[in-house]
Amino acid sequence: MKVFALLATALTGAILLYGTADFPAWGDPESPASTHVSAYFIETVVRDTHMPNLVAAVLGDYRAYDTMFELVVIYCAGMAVLAVLRGARS
Amino acid sequence: MLEEIVAKYNYWIYVVLMMIGFYAMIGKRNMVKKLLGMNIFQTTIILFFISTGVKRDAGIPIVDKYAGLAGELEVAAVMNPLPHVLMLTAIVVGVSVTGVALAVLTRVYREYGTLEEDEILEKIGR
Amino acid sequence: MRRFREQVQNTEGGTDLIIRTSVRLMVPFIQLFGLYVIVHGHYSPGGGFQGGVLLGSAFILLALAYGVEYSKKYMSEFANFLTVNIGVFIFVGFGILCALVGGFFLDYGAMANVFPMPLPEWRYWGVFVVEVGVGMGVMGIMVSLYWDLASAGSRKEGL
Repeated sequence: MKVFALLATALTGAILLYGTADFPAWGDPESPASTHVSAYFIETVVRDTHMPNLVAAVLGDYRAYDTMFELVVIYCAGMAVLAVLRGARS
Repeated sequence: MLEEIVAKYNYWIYVVLMMIGFYAMIGKRNMVKKLLGMNIFQTTIILFFISTGVKRDAGIPIVDKYAGLAGELEVAAVMNPLPHVLMLTAIVVGVSVTGVALAVLTRVYREYGTLEEDEILEKIGR
Repeated sequence: MRRFREQVQNTEGGTDLIIRTSVRLMVPFIQLFGLYVIVHGHYSPGGGFQGGVLLGSAFILLALAYGVEYSKKYMSEFANFLTVNIGVFIFVGFGILCALVGGFFLDYGAMANVFPMPLPEWRYWGVFVVEVGVGMGVMGIMVSLYWDLASAGSRKEGL
């Protein structure tokens, strides 16, 4: 059984390593992740929200809906732990 | 071959770390070890995403307010802030997942007296 | 100083004297730093989640050194419950308030209809209100997660 797990791990790792050939080099400013929409954010966030911390601005304003449900997720996690551990105490 | 590895060595590190977590998830018998493997996997994904936002010789995404108001910011001099935001979300969700998983494991231990997978299967009767 | 020493020595339970003393010294500074991280999140690394985790870690440290029961003297279960719910309520309620005064859900700029301020300034303060809500929620949930997981659900005595 452990042999199968090792084989599956090696196979997946080989596929992923083969996939890294198409990735951009480390620290490339022209990489796809930092060209399209991120340039817009860097240029306009401070003018639109007056916040120097771009991460907090995007987290609290542009993606506020996401952040709200993140808080709901952690709230639900707390309630779930409460329910699982306190439910049926034998 | 060697040049390829040296140029993209960071991705090779992520793949190796990810496979450590993956093997722990599918190869180990103990539930806590599986959970640890899942955490390693998650952390590797976070590391990978953060590294996609890196620009060489760039600063952190906390900028000069007055330069930003005047529109003088250079895009190449500030790191990409979007992966940081997404991974902040992922870290918090990871904490929630770990908490709930530990609670369920506590409950399983209380029920069966063990956390080994095969012993639990034996007790269930399969 | 003498009062401090008496306070540390007279509490029963818990672990080693050195650990208890150093925790006693560290907790106020951790809480102060947590508040700083929340309110200064617009200008430095930080924000609601990070500051909330720091504030929660102060109570977790207290529970680690003195026991779960002792930490409940400083944050009762009801206060914990209230903190979490008020935190989530601030976030969702502020979003709904923005919708009620004539904008979209979580559209902070619409609050200018109530209190006139330029649009970027309202977005700035809207993010601040939301971060305070996040900080309160995360703090309460972290403490409650630790209480439940450390004492296997009973919340009586922990690690």
